[in-house]
Amino acid sequence: MNGLLKKIALYLVLTITAFVVFFPILYAFLISFMTGGELLQGNLFSKSFHLENYQKAFERLPLAHYLMNSFIISLSVMIGQLVVSSMAAYAFVFIPFKGRDAIFFLFISTMMIPWEATMIPNFITIQQLDWINTYQGLTIPFFAMAFGTFLLRQHFKTIPKELDEAAQVAGISRFKFFVKIVVPYCKNSLITLGAYSFLTTWNMYLWPLLVTNNDSVRTVQIGLKQLRTQELATDWGVVMAGVVVVIIPTLVLLFIGQKYLQKGLAQGALK
Amino acid sequence: MKDSLEMEQPILTDQPLSWWKKSLNIRTACLYLLPSFFLFAVFLFYPMAKTVYLSFFLTDQQGIANVFVGLENYQYLLQSESFRKSIKATILFVLYTVPTGVMIALALALLTNEKVKGIGIFRTMYASTMGVSVAASSVVWLFLFHPSIGFFNKIITAIGGESVSWLLDPSWALVSISVTTIWMNIGFSFLILLGGLQNIDEQLYESAKIDGASYLYKLRRITIPMLSPTLFFVLTVSLINAFQTFGQVDILTQGGPSESTNVIVYSIYREAFVNYQFGTASAQSVFLFLCILIVTIMQFKFGEKKVHYQ
Amino acid sequence: MKDVELTHLSKSYDMQTEVLSDISVSIHAGEFFVLVGPSGCGKSTMLRMIAGLEDITEGTLTIGQKKVNDLHPSKRDISMVFQNYALYPHLSVEENIVFGLSVKKVPKTQRKKRCHRVAKMLGLTDYLNRKPRQLSGGQRQRVALARAIVNESPICLMDEPLSNLDAKLRAQMRSEIKQIQRQLNITMIYVTHDQVEAMTMGDRIMILNEGKIQQVGPPIDVYNAPANEFVAKFIGSPPMNLAKATIYPDNQTLSVVGRIHLQLPPEDIQRMGTKEVTIGIRPEHLQLATSESQQPGSSKFEVKVSHVEVLGNETLLNFEFAEGNWQAKWNGQWRVNVGDIVPLSLHYSAICLFDTTTGNMIKQPTQNEQHLIQGVSI
Repeated sequence: MNGLLKKIALYLVLTITAFVVFFPILYAFLISFMTGGELLQGNLFSKSFHLENYQKAFERLPLAHYLMNSFIISLSVMIGQLVVSSMAAYAFVFIPFKGRDAIFFLFISTMMIPWEATMIPNFITIQQLDWINTYQGLTIPFFAMAFGTFLLRQHFKTIPKELDEAAQVAGISRFKFFVKIVVPYCKNSLITLGAYSFLTTWNMYLWPLLVTNNDSVRTVQIGLKQLRTQELATDWGVVMAGVVVVIIPTLVLLFIGQKYLQKGLAQGALK
Repeated sequence: MKDSLEMEQPILTDQPLSWWKKSLNIRTACLYLLPSFFLFAVFLFYPMAKTVYLSFFLTDQQGIANVFVGLENYQYLLQSESFRKSIKATILFVLYTVPTGVMIALALALLTNEKVKGIGIFRTMYASTMGVSVAASSVVWLFLFHPSIGFFNKIITAIGGESVSWLLDPSWALVSISVTTIWMNIGFSFLILLGGLQNIDEQLYESAKIDGASYLYKLRRITIPMLSPTLFFVLTVSLINAFQTFGQVDILTQGGPSESTNVIVYSIYREAFVNYQFGTASAQSVFLFLCILIVTIMQFKFGEKKVHYQ
Repeated sequence: MKDVELTHLSKSYDMQTEVLSDISVSIHAGEFFVLVGPSGCGKSTMLRMIAGLEDITEGTLTIGQKKVNDLHPSKRDISMVFQNYALYPHLSVEENIVFGLSVKKVPKTQRKKRCHRVAKMLGLTDYLNRKPRQLSGGQRQRVALARAIVNESPICLMDEPLSNLDAKLRAQMRSEIKQIQRQLNITMIYVTHDQVEAMTMGDRIMILNEGKIQQVGPPIDVYNAPANEFVAKFIGSPPMNLAKATIYPDNQTLSVVGRIHLQLPPEDIQRMGTKEVTIGIRPEHLQLATSESQQPGSSKFEVKVSHVEVLGNETLLNFEFAEGNWQAKWNGQWRVNVGDIVPLSLHYSAICLFDTTTGNMIKQPTQNEQHLIQGVSI
């Protein structure tokens, strides 16, 4: 009896907190289906589903184009980070050389430099390279990632040394070992890192704000800012429709990748 | 041992080992590290140095350093009322968001670490805020905070209270932004803490169960000590994130009202890209860098001792 | 066929302490050569130096008359089996076996043929599509073995390959590995800490301790004539009994704590030239004293049994002797109780003597039970 009561109490607490945490997202969903009138009345549920808000959102802004841009940019950064970080992590784990620890420490110390502290010269660099309003301007600066290297190194280290040695005896080249053994072996941590970098890139705000000044490569996040300034006080339904469109891809990715993120990121946190 | 004496002289094909062959490893390593190094050099080390350099100059609109002014930019900052406000806002913001955020995430993680049916759904819901971008969540909360049709004021007026101008009242604005930020960060902190909890060896709890330990005892003696490295990590990341806050300020308040939410990164952004004062903006950036450096070092110095590593 | 020759080989990680020092040995083609020693003696390091996985600090390593000190592992014509098998977890058994062949430019059809031949030899045919984690320990071991022999290298290195198996399987794999080695006529260099493996598998064995060679030779020779106290203790199970002894040249006797008195031939006393010695006697040479065992050159002494192990076909008696625990091994089943006083006898011909200061052997036993089968007709 005591156990049952405890269980009920637990579910009650879980449900209430889950509702509180999830409420803003739910609220955005609900409002995106409301007409302006319903909104002003303060209803929580719309009497009927209106899809006009979505239609309007796509009409007023090149939202589809922004979505495309965000996909291209997030995907590029994800692939770039995976390639660059896993190469570095491989070197730190499997290639013995003098000063390896010192160089690794240098890598880790880059995590202490806040990216925002470097944004002014970076902006100037991008300007000088004529990379304003280009995909490369939005992606390449983020390819190198100390955290990713660190995370992958942690996992690469769990590969038994003998696998590498067996490959050496068999004459398998470093690159083949890397591609055929290390990458499949550490599939999970690569998925974790991939999901993480896609998520963070998709959600990036400040840098796209700086290096885009027309629609050509602008991302959805900046689109939201535009929507917000355009629609202020009037059409909140349209704004929320925009929000829903923007968060759905990442929410889906999060739901799929949650298990990986939960395990993988925690592993990175431990030393 | 006889064998070694009877050994016949081997024909040594002794090609002198060149430096080239011996350095094979380091050359391969360089190849693998080159992309990272190149990118770090161009987009991190160089701009960091450049930031420090710029902080000693007055610049033109293109960011070209014109006049060397020494420490004048820093002097100017220290005397500037606006910068002092910005520092105050940043510190308050950190204090509001970091402890509360981590505590809430920890509580949720502990709650969902119970093995009951359907727990996966709750975990997903708690983690969901990680999938919502800064821009999106700011826009949603902007509406929640809306003075007339926003959810909060509707509730308050419904129960007979007086509506609050959340984002327009200097005494409320920073709190409102902090609440938004805490909500946004719950997902990430929760996910990592939950992962940390699940890494704790189940047998520790089983043995405590046999000893008849209470929930709180287990929490104090097993969970928290075993979780401490993860907790430490989450704390550090949250702290650094708090210093780097930008998006929610840009969308919710633009630093106002009366600069009460003008946190440091927003202040840098304004100084550099609105006022084109790259010199003073750089000086602020250096300041930000030092803040994060000090925080990280302090955390490692004081935190490391209390953290239990397996 | 290729000999492996080590000449004054040394290994040091910090340029001060040597993990291996001055190792010189020649391993003949087609030989089963076992490196044996306690953990940390440097045996694995030596194997890894031969493989090319560790740098050689000093000395020369030649394989087939070619200096290979700085040659990449893959260019040394070797294969290797690791203690934990080093199987690629995400590849199937077949893929694991042929993984190295692709590098050697073996055509695909050939690869398959060779893989199946080896699989058949090791009884793996039914498991080729499984993943390593779906296999038992013994099967994994066989896959590792298959991977080593499939590329037909003339030299195979094994680093404690059986240590993760249970006792029964280990005995079975011992003979299997030995058979394969003979069948394929490969040179095997085999590292183990288990002296039973060394004794049963090796054509010759090398005993290492603290980075130095203690003795090299056929297992039986090492057993019969251990080069020093360390080898005497290390080879043989139960180990050789050792105790301090003193030689009295005046009355040509050797005395062990006043309890054993042995008559010594004068020429031995002269040859040994020391008075402080260590006596060593194999447990099987400590027999029950009977009236007929009272012959010249033997000594009788009584001991109090502290522990008895009856193993069915043999009986082990433990007793305290000269500040140590000694054991006697008798064939058959004996009813002896703890606390019993048992008279034992030993013969001078059965004992080893070691110089106490250097530990080196100065007298080897002459009495060995060597039986030869000659013209048996049943």
